[in-house]
Amino acid sequence: MWRLVASRVLDAIPTMLLVLTLVFVAMRLLPGDPAVTLLGDHATPAQIEAMRARLGLDVPLWQQYLRFLWNALTFDFGKSFVNSQSVAAMVALNLPYTIELTIVSTLIGTIAAIPLGVLAATHRGKTADYATRLFSLAGFAIPDFYLGALLLITFSLNLGWFPINGGGAGFVDRMYHVFLPAIALAFIKAAFVSRLTRSSLLEVLNKDFVRTARAKGGREPRVIYRHGLRNALLPVVTGLGLSILSTLSGSVAIEFIFGRPGVGSMLITGIETRDYPVIQAGIIVFAMFVVIVNLAMDILYVFIDPRVGAAR
Amino acid sequence: MTPAAEAAPVPSERGVLVQIAISLTRDRVSLFFLLVLIAIVLVAIFADQIAPYDPIAQSLLSINLPPSAEHWLGTDQFGRDVLSRIIYGARTSLLLGVTAPALAAVIGTAFGVIAGYFGGWIDRIIGRFLDIFLAFPALLLGILIAAALGAGFWNMVVVLTVAFAPRFARIARASTMSVRSEAFIEAAIASGLRTPSIMLHHILPNIAGSIVVVLTLWIATAVRLEATLSFLGLGTQPPKASWGNIIRDGLGNLFGSPWPIVAAGLAITLTVLAFNMLGDAVRDILDPEARDE
Repeated sequence: MWRLVASRVLDAIPTMLLVLTLVFVAMRLLPGDPAVTLLGDHATPAQIEAMRARLGLDVPLWQQYLRFLWNALTFDFGKSFVNSQSVAAMVALNLPYTIELTIVSTLIGTIAAIPLGVLAATHRGKTADYATRLFSLAGFAIPDFYLGALLLITFSLNLGWFPINGGGAGFVDRMYHVFLPAIALAFIKAAFVSRLTRSSLLEVLNKDFVRTARAKGGREPRVIYRHGLRNALLPVVTGLGLSILSTLSGSVAIEFIFGRPGVGSMLITGIETRDYPVIQAGIIVFAMFVVIVNLAMDILYVFIDPRVGAAR
Repeated sequence: MTPAAEAAPVPSERGVLVQIAISLTRDRVSLFFLLVLIAIVLVAIFADQIAPYDPIAQSLLSINLPPSAEHWLGTDQFGRDVLSRIIYGARTSLLLGVTAPALAAVIGTAFGVIAGYFGGWIDRIIGRFLDIFLAFPALLLGILIAAALGAGFWNMVVVLTVAFAPRFARIARASTMSVRSEAFIEAAIASGLRTPSIMLHHILPNIAGSIVVVLTLWIATAVRLEATLSFLGLGTQPPKASWGNIIRDGLGNLFGSPWPIVAAGLAITLTVLAFNMLGDAVRDILDPEARDE
């Protein structure tokens, strides 16, 4: 089992390397010379030369590439073009808010989704099943940023129940600030996970061991939770991994709407101000996030289902 | 599974499309969403005729008007008619929603068929790249590429094509691998047909069905992504109307009514829902076993 875990970790290394290489290539494809962009059109050639040297653009491409990899590895993202702050410090400041949003929305979404999925599966073809199907169809179709905007307008701007922007300070205040944004993301997540729970549970409930449990006189809730749901959770865990990743991308728009600090809003501000080091750092952080979540899911899978390990 | 579905022969490409069309009109829910979609497409095509006002004409005299008989959805902070902007937004949405997935389908299918047909090291290299792209949610990939390329409609086409192509490649690769082992491919190879000809005339018609299903579902995603990117200021640039930038303008307008936001959001939701429902229906028709997933 540990060998499998180790091989998954080793697998993630070339992936990360390739992602970093793509980021490097993409940043070099950017239209215009960063030094010119930074100094404006009226800069003298000498000034531009000095700036290129400062940015490390004067050395051959392969040296730039190696330096780029080394910097990414040591979390040295340079200084912001806009306010000369250390970009690594900006990331450190923003990342906890994005993680907090991801965790809270995943919790709310999952806690709502699994009972809904069970309800749909146990009342298959009845009103409850159709109601949850309607709910999940809505969840797939309504864009999260639209839902976020509606929540903001209704509960923050009109009713004044929730804050209009910011991330809050201290645990209670932070939970208060994260609640509405998390609901916007959790809705979509719940739509996805409840469908997954339903279909997975339906499949398990048709199995022989469930029939046996019922035949032995097990009470229905016990049969469903002990025998059914436990075995149905494996695909749900995989789905949860996918939905964490989609939450991560959704968080960009949600942070933007609710004026929350976070890697997403940092990235968007960076794009608006053409702050290349910030854009680059934002992309790398998101990419690392994706690789780590995928890796964690792979490893979790090995532990939940020992057959995965045995089969390889 | 119905007996008819069991008995259905492997249809040719033409047969698939006709079969899909007939089955869609038989189911009441599918028919409803098909009509919704046709309506949206007509609105997009005839936007010039339908829209009551020029969507980019600004008027300082009619800023932030509430909904009225002249302006059904009111006007925005530049005095532009919101209804007209939403009508033109349909054009932006559908143009991108169809162009990017279609391009992605062509490029992705080409890579997928090559990987699935040849196998070996070619497959391993393409597969490795696919794994990496597939690890990223399409929206995140879109934001990241848009961050690098810059905003704008055609950049968005590039962004979404790059984000979607691996999704098509994966399906095409898997389908090709299963078709590749069929006897008629062996026969085609034995009869001396050239490889490109086998791919085009024997492989492609047999994997077209699964590509069409994926295409419908990714159009829905493309419409949503266009809206999201435009909302973030990374997509369609104002004054050109897009449902996403209407919501952006609406949120940025402190003195405006919420109607532009509500209406533009409903337009996105309805369009995405219609494509999703039709995509599901098409999948059910082609693969009846998947019906209850």
